[in-house]
Amino acid sequence: MRNQLSRTIQTTIIFLVVGGVIALALGGYFGGVSNFFTDSMVNIQFWFSSRFTALQDFFTAPRDITTLRQQNAELQNEVAELQAQVIQLQQQVGETQILAALVDFSRARPENTYKAAAVIGRDPSPFLHYVIINRGSNDGILRGMPVVTNQGLVGRVDAVIADAARVQLITDPASMVNVRLQNAEEEGALVGSVTGDVILQMIPQDANVEPGDLVLTSGLGGSYPPDLIVGQVVNVRSRDFDLFQQATVQPVVDFNRLQIVLVIVNFKPVDISPLLP
Amino acid sequence: MQNLIAFPVIILTVILQSAVVSRVTLLSGFGDLPMVMLAAWALQEEVDSAWHWAIATGMLVGFISGLPGAVYVAGYVLVVALAKVLRRRVWQAPLLAMFSVTFAGTLVLNGLSLAVLRITGVPLTFQDAFGLLTLPGALLNLLLAIPVYAVMHDLARWAYPSLEAK
Repeated sequence: MRNQLSRTIQTTIIFLVVGGVIALALGGYFGGVSNFFTDSMVNIQFWFSSRFTALQDFFTAPRDITTLRQQNAELQNEVAELQAQVIQLQQQVGETQILAALVDFSRARPENTYKAAAVIGRDPSPFLHYVIINRGSNDGILRGMPVVTNQGLVGRVDAVIADAARVQLITDPASMVNVRLQNAEEEGALVGSVTGDVILQMIPQDANVEPGDLVLTSGLGGSYPPDLIVGQVVNVRSRDFDLFQQATVQPVVDFNRLQIVLVIVNFKPVDISPLLP
Repeated sequence: MQNLIAFPVIILTVILQSAVVSRVTLLSGFGDLPMVMLAAWALQEEVDSAWHWAIATGMLVGFISGLPGAVYVAGYVLVVALAKVLRRRVWQAPLLAMFSVTFAGTLVLNGLSLAVLRITGVPLTFQDAFGLLTLPGALLNLLLAIPVYAVMHDLARWAYPSLEAK
């Protein structure tokens, strides 16, 4: 009994002494001996720590890369979806702007009734300048109806099926539109060409035509309503030996970017062919 | 049964022509996808339905176009005839035959179109048509020729499995 009490006291004393020494050493009270001790501890811990970290990286890094790759793929998918949405929304904004302009145009001309149509194709032949629109006889479209945009005259309906129609543009080589010059109050005939340029012909030699003059439909012949804007005179060719002057006209409509057009459905073209000799 | 594949292929080709190819212009000319498709189809071995394809395509394109349908029917039949002749003569170099038929077919179709339009009174000059429409169109058709030939070759092998067995 006494021996056991003695061992307990010894053990307690040993713990207190060693603990005190370590505490004093860690507290830096032993000078160089203390530094050697702490440095050794730190180095050993660093060695173990670095090895453990390396091992941990070795075993856990591949899993992290896989996770990151998965997350990256998901984010890329999300970005792609968002980009697609942005493009779609931009397209919708563009269409809305075009439609708003067309609505303004139709409000400015309440005497006409319009039917909006989207351009869905072009003529397969490079010799002809026609577009296909997505409105047909089911929508009240008839052959000969004029087609416009908010900018000006596009052409007229050439052929119609139930849900689509073919529109002959004013740039078509076979197209001819009777027009007048706003400033000069002179009339002429506007014809298309294979290159898409439009030429103003049959201008009297004494007419004073200047570049910049506005060209409007005259309504002559009954194919188009009067006073639709067609374009602007770019240059004039007047030669003494010609019977008429000729002018190149810049159409106000950009025919390469036609997306939505308006068909004037309350205009009934006049067929004057029986009257022609 | 393999002839039924003609209808979706022709319809898809004509839609692509009207909606896409006609908008990709060089000067004022653009490619003729149905013509290139027909040339590629007619150059495939054992394909015996090219004449029917030509007539069907010509009628469909003629229905869409402002040109008389007979121009396309006649033009495409001529292209197929040309392809059949060249297939026999230059059978060892199908791509050479494809390029030749494409170039000659462009000239034939544009020549027919120009002639018909001139007859109907449309004021077109040969110089403008050749320089601004035909030559750029021929170049674009030649660019289309290689991918279209590859697609039609695969289609022919799928529609006529005996070709693959050879």
